[in-house]
Amino acid sequence: MRHTISVLVENKFGVLSRVSGLFSGRGYNIESLSVGETIDPQISLMTIVTGGDDWVIEQITKQLNKLIDVIKITDMTELDHVEREMVLIKVTPRQQDKAEVLNLTEIFRGRIVDSSQRTYTIEITGDEKKIEAFVELMKPMGIKEFVRTGKVAIAREGVKKKQ
Amino acid sequence: MKISGAEIIVECLKREGVRHIFGYPGGVVLNIFDLLYDEKDLQLILTRHEQGAVHAADGYARATGRPGVVLVTSGPGATNTVTGIATASMDSVPLVVFSGQVPTLLIGNDAFQEADIVGITRPCTKYNYLAKDVKDLSRIIKEAFHIATTGRPGPVLIDLPKDVTGSKTEFTWPEIDIRSYNPTYEGNKWMITQAAHLIAKSKKSVIISGGGVIISGASKEIRELAEHTDIPVTMTLMGLGSFPGTHHLSLGMPGMHGTYYANKAIQESDLIIAVGMRFDDRVTGKVDAFAPHAKIVHIDIDPTSIRKNVRVDVPIVGDVKRVLTVLNKVLKEEVKEQWEEVRRAWLKQIDAWKAERPMTYTYSNEVIKPQFVVEKIYEITKGDAIITTEVGQNQMWTAQFYKFDKPRTLLSSGGLGTMGYGFPAAIGAQLAFPNKLVIDIAGDGSIQMNIQELATAVINKLPVKVAILNNRYLGMVRQWQELFYQERYSHTKLDESVPDFVKIAEAYNAVGLRATKPSEVEPVLKEAFKTKKPVFMDFIVDWKEKVYPMVPPGAPIDQMMFEEPEKKPEKKLKVVK
Repeated sequence: MRHTISVLVENKFGVLSRVSGLFSGRGYNIESLSVGETIDPQISLMTIVTGGDDWVIEQITKQLNKLIDVIKITDMTELDHVEREMVLIKVTPRQQDKAEVLNLTEIFRGRIVDSSQRTYTIEITGDEKKIEAFVELMKPMGIKEFVRTGKVAIAREGVKKKQ
Repeated sequence: MKISGAEIIVECLKREGVRHIFGYPGGVVLNIFDLLYDEKDLQLILTRHEQGAVHAADGYARATGRPGVVLVTSGPGATNTVTGIATASMDSVPLVVFSGQVPTLLIGNDAFQEADIVGITRPCTKYNYLAKDVKDLSRIIKEAFHIATTGRPGPVLIDLPKDVTGSKTEFTWPEIDIRSYNPTYEGNKWMITQAAHLIAKSKKSVIISGGGVIISGASKEIRELAEHTDIPVTMTLMGLGSFPGTHHLSLGMPGMHGTYYANKAIQESDLIIAVGMRFDDRVTGKVDAFAPHAKIVHIDIDPTSIRKNVRVDVPIVGDVKRVLTVLNKVLKEEVKEQWEEVRRAWLKQIDAWKAERPMTYTYSNEVIKPQFVVEKIYEITKGDAIITTEVGQNQMWTAQFYKFDKPRTLLSSGGLGTMGYGFPAAIGAQLAFPNKLVIDIAGDGSIQMNIQELATAVINKLPVKVAILNNRYLGMVRQWQELFYQERYSHTKLDESVPDFVKIAEAYNAVGLRATKPSEVEPVLKEAFKTKKPVFMDFIVDWKEKVYPMVPPGAPIDQMMFEEPEKKPEKKLKVVK
């Protein structure tokens, strides 16, 4: 099963290779990885998407915890959480498709961030399913370039119901 | 007052209580070596190869429990330490390795003798540092010793660019606080109580005592547990000495070359109490068939060891000594059982297995059996020695036929299985215990992997004894070829290429002795043990001898092969003169 794991690490050089080395050295797979500074510039947050049965995921989280530079691990999959990733797509639609591209971008709450005579560059943010659906719809429009961030995730806070 | 990075290193080492460093000089560590020239309180032992330096520091650490310290130069000096570091990492040995590095401005430029040793050693150290600023040096060294020696111990490497050891700063000795490193020492009390109840309910339990028991200093506690509850104990290779091998509850070693009764007991047991061990494949054999009827209580300080290879019913993360202390208390105060009554049938069954297949070999009057040499060493030393081994048959025969009663008396590369470990490790142990008898039980293949350290032993007057079980083969591999590869001895026959070890010893100004007949074994050993110099003992042993029992790779541990009576007429034995 696929798991999204948030890893708080010391923001030092070499930490990324310790984490990625752990995955490659022990034969675990990284589906996506995104890293960024947190509010505290001494700490970074890695969001790792990986797969495996419970046995493997338990080992991955334990092994990550064992790394000296790892401060805290949260397996987001166990929590109610929000996941997002972003893609930038450059499409080269035919003249008659241009309106459809704009239309679809609107429907998917994307934005045109750049355009030229022949291209639109569209920014789309969302969960995996939304992004995949959008990409599917854009394929016939002629995708010229396509970049995708890794996933980021954050836990939801519980909301109390009003009496 | 400002002092240089090199001076900071020396000062820090003294504050950490270090007295001996093992090392080898080179261009970029000259700042440090220059200081050692006048240094009275820090002795550097010059080995003849950096690998030897790390193994010697490792032997020093395993024998004493204190961290071993290594100092080498950049590039090849640093890469030569890798096997030693990986050996220490697999067996949880505390080391602090200082490697020189080219000046910071040249890093990344493919400078002369540059190697990215921090990158290279990342997966085989517990942690490593590149010290980029002299101001960080004392903190880094303090952290390194802390990380190496606490939790599950392991090697830490510090890479020192030449300009960092040369530049100056104010010395500070900071308090350290590594927020992301907090090993768990106290076991969960509820889990420990669960374990106690399982022990009370079980009829056929076995304790597996591993290297963690020795590291944690919990021999007393494991013995108390075993004796109080009347549970037999089997010791892994790393755990030999954690519980007395001569004790009536000892089952010897389990696993691939373990005793029949240890493996039988594990397979038939209803409860395994695994303490400070990690269910290595050499212990479990085929994992799916391991201890099919047993519940498993697993105590270890490293959470990743638990549920890595086998299912565990009661996981307890913590320091073995502290966990066992609580467990023993709970067993005595809360679980009152008539243990003797409960265990009688089980211990009787174990005695029957012991009688059925005792640990044995066929003695010969004509040719020296390697097991005979090991037995004689045990007999003459009465177990009062530090034994190191190389890797292969020599290691297994030592584990099988020498009875280790005390912790830290067997130093052997268990996890990585490093040939060439035993001799330098013996040198390190001898340095720590100058008055103890330190014996490396070696093979003719292994001893040649770090034979140059004979110079180190001789010049430092470290009278280590090396018993070479010389069968003119890479014996363990040859054994596998005989059993599983239709006797096709591909590249395992050393034969005439084996050098004259007596002459080698003499060339290094050590003592060389040889025994070719069983009757010569005892006199050679006795003479060697009397000698105040390093001694190579060349025992020309039966080349056909194999390590039995043996569990074929991938088989369950109760499917064991035993020594069969020889059918073919004995081949003429070739003796290297």
